[in-house]
Amino acid sequence: MIDFHLILDKLPAFLGGADGQPLLSTSDGVVMTLELLGASLLLGMLLAVPLALGRVSRNRLLAGSVWLYTYVFRGTPLLVQLFIIYYGLSQFDAVRESWMWQYLQDAWFCAILAFTLNTAAYTTEIIAGQIRTTHWGEIEAARAMGMSKWLMMRRIVIPSALRRALPAYSNEVIMMMQSTAVAGLVTLADITGVARRIYSDTYMAFEPFLIAGAIYLALTFLFVWLFKRAEQRWLAYLAPRKH
Amino acid sequence: MYKSLMVLGACALGMTAAAHSETLRFATDASYPPFSQQGPDGKMKGFDPDIAQALCSAMKVTCEVVPQDFDGIIPALQARKFDAIIASMNITEERKKVVNFSDKYYNMPSRLVAKAGSPVNDAWFKGKKIGVLRSSIQEKYARDNWVKLGAKLVSYAKAPESFLDLKAGRVDASFVDAAVGESDFIKTPAGKGYAFAGPEYNEVKYFGEGAAVAVRKTDKALLERINKALKQIRADGSYDKIQKKYFSFDIYGK
Amino acid sequence: MFLHGYVPSILDGAVLTLKLAAASLAVSVALGLIGAMFKMAPSKSLRTLAELYSTVVRGVPDLVWMFLLFFGVQMLLNDLATAMGWAAPDIDPFIAGVLTLGFIFGAYMTETFRGAIMAVPKGQMEAGAAYGMGPLRIFWRITFPQMVRFALPSFTNNWLVLVKSTALVSVIGLNDVMYRADAAKSNTQEPFTVYMLVALIFLVITSVSNVLLGMLERRYSTGLKENGL
Repeated sequence: MIDFHLILDKLPAFLGGADGQPLLSTSDGVVMTLELLGASLLLGMLLAVPLALGRVSRNRLLAGSVWLYTYVFRGTPLLVQLFIIYYGLSQFDAVRESWMWQYLQDAWFCAILAFTLNTAAYTTEIIAGQIRTTHWGEIEAARAMGMSKWLMMRRIVIPSALRRALPAYSNEVIMMMQSTAVAGLVTLADITGVARRIYSDTYMAFEPFLIAGAIYLALTFLFVWLFKRAEQRWLAYLAPRKH
Repeated sequence: MYKSLMVLGACALGMTAAAHSETLRFATDASYPPFSQQGPDGKMKGFDPDIAQALCSAMKVTCEVVPQDFDGIIPALQARKFDAIIASMNITEERKKVVNFSDKYYNMPSRLVAKAGSPVNDAWFKGKKIGVLRSSIQEKYARDNWVKLGAKLVSYAKAPESFLDLKAGRVDASFVDAAVGESDFIKTPAGKGYAFAGPEYNEVKYFGEGAAVAVRKTDKALLERINKALKQIRADGSYDKIQKKYFSFDIYGK
Repeated sequence: MFLHGYVPSILDGAVLTLKLAAASLAVSVALGLIGAMFKMAPSKSLRTLAELYSTVVRGVPDLVWMFLLFFGVQMLLNDLATAMGWAAPDIDPFIAGVLTLGFIFGAYMTETFRGAIMAVPKGQMEAGAAYGMGPLRIFWRITFPQMVRFALPSFTNNWLVLVKSTALVSVIGLNDVMYRADAAKSNTQEPFTVYMLVALIFLVITSVSNVLLGMLERRYSTGLKENGL
């Protein structure tokens, strides 16, 4: 029923060793998925913190624009966003002749751009939500000490908000990892892309996707464990009393 | 509540199984003009669906033409999603291991589509990106012959996507069926400045003896009927009528 | 002509997408309620089964599940049928899509309903039992109405993610809005316009959903004192 020989045979392909090349030599499979994930999460977080500040600002125009951005990017599927960036932008001569083109030409860059914008939208909402629910006492204390608004934001509010955002953010990271699977639909060879290639080469549907699923599951457990450790460290003050 | 849901589910499965009386389902690629494409009305049109309809009227059954991405078309056939493939699929030894082919219904070479005037020789391939349809004979040929010359393959689920990327400069050439390259790209406004480059490729080892209808290995009776129907439409002129709709030359070949 | 006349085709695809999403929602709610019940059941094996279900399903991407369930399960069914000598059942792609999405989101709904049911004060169910109500009646008249309020935010979120995930069913050959868009983009050579239209369609669906579910949330929260923060 399930061809185990095929599974063992094709396993190296997922770890970057396709077509007889040594493991991890090409950036296919797991390596590419982790690259895409890592780059988008990092850039997304860098974007999200200032955007979150904008989202909670008193300035209606600023808050409104950020709201529009998160609304659109959370209200449309990632696949559509990816296709607009990859296929859609290439439609315009103006884009093709500009400096952006050397980047947009590359599928990898397009994927990272789409993933970054998408994760930044969700992360912005998460952080903004936590900024709004900062304990009033902390703000009062900061003001009492004479901190300016920016100093208070930098030293008190944002670190506190980031900590409290950890559970929701861990969910976002895991969902983003699942979402990177669509990269295979724009010619990138991530885990799902490798699985599709094997599937179309060998006509066996179950085995390659079984491997892919197992790898994603393993990565998920890894991330869950990492975030648990992070919560133990940074949210220790919220843990139940041990004595 | 749960029981009624299960009953509904069983009924649905049962209905779809029962409705299988004498309707033949053909699968086609649906993004391979002029052989198959999806029209603005959502229906399949093109040479392949038309031939399928002609075969069905010769066999006196009703036809249903469903779309399926080419890279998943053989597994889907084996998974019984449909009964036959009519998707410009060429007869090759490798495919014969998993499916049975009818007699051919056309035979066309494959060609490279690139910027007009590209000097395609062995040296040209180094560092070039070639777009191919995943799971196609063109992909196999390119992988066996050009990767070692330094070319890089980019595989697409649908052939027109490789044309979009050719126009965008993401690939340097597309390797497709000559008819598709011509009518879906070179002759369109988007294909200005692009032309066939290099020779016609039709080595039998890779490109087979032509395109044919594929059926499951267990469906021997169906294969007989399709072959008989094919002979009939060739003899009574319906094949020529359909061919003239799309091509100004004979695509049946020898 | 705008987009060479492909707009009606894309809108048709949007209708199919909605039908698919609605049907999958029904299946996922059913599976979610069952899963939540199992998770709170006294039997350890039922609890483990439900735990396995929600963990494994949420740990693998939707796209991979679609390939696994659509092609893999069909092939298993065929193998089984030939081994037993039956005719293999044909599964319509729409039904396959509904079952796949329903299966995936059933896992998310399990978590939603479990959290919501646990949030209803135990005393309510006990009072119902004290009045002599049977377990089903307690569920329908007491637990369910109160649970809805707690479940709605997470339910809304799951629904929105479900709607956006339907964009992936085009890879299993379902003739939904993305499939039509793919055909349109190849034939009109205007991918930007085509996908902007698709994005707009999804935005409309999510906005309308937000408004409707927001109204539902307010209706189920009548009489509740909000903390005025």
